[in-house]
Amino acid sequence: MEDSKAKVRRSDTPLIRIRDLVFRRGRTTILDGVSMDIPKGSIVAFMGPSGVGKTTILRLISGQLRPDEGTIEIGGKIISSMSYAELKRFRRNFGVLLQDGALFTDLTVFENIATPVREHTNLPEPLIRRLVMSKLSAVGLGGIEEKMPHELSGGMARRVAFARAVVLDPAIMLYDEPMTGLDPIAVSTVRTLMRETNDALGLTSIVVTHNVNQMRELVDYCYIIVAAKIAGEGPPEELTASTEAGVNQFMNGRVEGPIPFHYKPPGAPWGLLD
Amino acid sequence: MAVEEKYLDKLAGPVAEAGKCLLFLFRMLLGIRFSGSQILTVLQQTYLIGARSLVIIMICGFFVGMVLSLQAINALEQFGASDQVSLLVGKSLFRELGPVLTALLFAGRAGTSVTAEIGLMKATNQIEAMELMAIDPIQRIALPRFVAGVISVPLLTAMFNALAILGSVVFSIGVMDLDAGIFWSKLQTGVYFGKDFVGGLWKSVVFGGTISLVAVYFGYSARPTGAGVGTATTNTVVLSSVLVLIFDFIMTSFLT
Amino acid sequence: MRANYKVELASGIFLLLGIAALVWLATRATDYGQEIGKETYLITARFTNVGDLRDRAPVKIGGVTVGMVESIMLDPVTFEAVVQMGVATRFNEIPSDTGASVLTSGVLGDRYIGLEPGGAPDMLQDGDEIFITQSALVLEQVIGKYLFNAKTGESE
Repeated sequence: MEDSKAKVRRSDTPLIRIRDLVFRRGRTTILDGVSMDIPKGSIVAFMGPSGVGKTTILRLISGQLRPDEGTIEIGGKIISSMSYAELKRFRRNFGVLLQDGALFTDLTVFENIATPVREHTNLPEPLIRRLVMSKLSAVGLGGIEEKMPHELSGGMARRVAFARAVVLDPAIMLYDEPMTGLDPIAVSTVRTLMRETNDALGLTSIVVTHNVNQMRELVDYCYIIVAAKIAGEGPPEELTASTEAGVNQFMNGRVEGPIPFHYKPPGAPWGLLD
Repeated sequence: MAVEEKYLDKLAGPVAEAGKCLLFLFRMLLGIRFSGSQILTVLQQTYLIGARSLVIIMICGFFVGMVLSLQAINALEQFGASDQVSLLVGKSLFRELGPVLTALLFAGRAGTSVTAEIGLMKATNQIEAMELMAIDPIQRIALPRFVAGVISVPLLTAMFNALAILGSVVFSIGVMDLDAGIFWSKLQTGVYFGKDFVGGLWKSVVFGGTISLVAVYFGYSARPTGAGVGTATTNTVVLSSVLVLIFDFIMTSFLT
Repeated sequence: MRANYKVELASGIFLLLGIAALVWLATRATDYGQEIGKETYLITARFTNVGDLRDRAPVKIGGVTVGMVESIMLDPVTFEAVVQMGVATRFNEIPSDTGASVLTSGVLGDRYIGLEPGGAPDMLQDGDEIFITQSALVLEQVIGKYLFNAKTGESE
């Protein structure tokens, strides 16, 4: 455990610093006292069983939701204290790849990728065109710019969404289940793209997923979230070998363990620690 | 936000819903920018929801004109006044049937597709993706469709009326052998530009706004599932049709 | 942009069609622009009874519309209806001894003013008055008269 922390701290100050984050929805506490440091240049995964608020963390980081308690600091700025206008400007630093790619179905591939550019810059049309085409060929899909999203295969759509996410050269990439529903070849393609862009452009990536196997080779560091708290953290190899019951159950996919098979209604306290 | 929504839903549902809808309208109108890309998307939507409703509107208009003339001639013949047919057809078209029927057809043809489209965008995370890209989805998705609706409905109403009058010409002059000169001069002296034509136009603008707002709002607030989108689509037709008829009565009582 | 071009064109055509329909309807199917010409000159006529003649009713000579009724007022002294008519300037050669009567198109149709041109050498000018007028036939009075005449005829 000590080693892994040391590895992360290796790069000077963390880009994203989260302290004592608490988020509630109604009476349910989704996140309860979560703290983490995400260093620049790393790929970090948030893992955990379905419905534990992994996506909530992404939304908190991007400022879509505001935490009830605690702070999120990105590059020295506290997200939750930003005004709406500041936040809008700040979001240009994010590239986002959501479940299923979320391409805009009413626009062509070209327009999909051009949308963030048009929205956030005043570049002239020829420049936009060159930018979009270069990103499109970077994901290996030059020549499909006039197609509509429904004409693409799942893997192609995901790569287009990837091109759209990086078109403004963001500093931080947020992935929400980037590989769900893809065939193994497409999974590898997307994984390679994620790794290569991250390293080549010096990005910091945050991946939310419940698919342990697809992540094992990709990410530098994992946080496992169970019952609103961080149940375990560390590089994936280390977590797989972890003896901690909840982490072990999740990483190795067992039915038996502290994460219950039976649904417990909210209000009934349960978790790793009791 | 989520907490507020929950309470709003519990409190007097429909009133709160209407309030939310109104706030939604304001948020949309605040997003008007007159920028090139916004005008382009409005044009695109005008094509998608306006131009594509054209054929059904024109066919319906033509037959409404024919059937109106048939009924009018049948009734007027008893008083030997069948040369008044164009006046009757014209007045009822401009004042009532044109705006209302076009609005109802538009609600069924375009309103539903807007709701379904936005609902599906929500279900496939497109709305969320926009928010994360710092693009306001209300401004980007809802506004162009709303504006396109407000533009389209009066134009469609005009085409409905034009085709209905053509239908009336075909039937009264072509089939029933009424005099063409009388037909037109009755229209030109009896149908008032201000009261009938402009009044009807106002109605259709209001109807267009109502239907588009309902369609966009229901799409936007649909539950992001297949069933949710289906329900929202049905609700769009039902509510916008009812509202059109209610507003029609209110406006008629003010206009005349 | 190429894909957009088609859409722009199609929506442009749609807009044009819509506006064309609006204009066509306004000019052909309503009273808009039915002033016989932009420029008109006014003539007045007094009637003891105009029936249900309304503003904007046509003024015709031999069945051809040459103008329209601009206003109908009551002369408070003589209790006559004073009708102002706008006649298109291109019909500026109407003799001054022309007669005006309130007529009905068809049995139950709209009222209009029919002008019967006379033979005087001088023409009606702007602001002139027509002195030879014939009031509207009011159905009740016609029937009343007929019945009365029939009765008196019988008794004689």
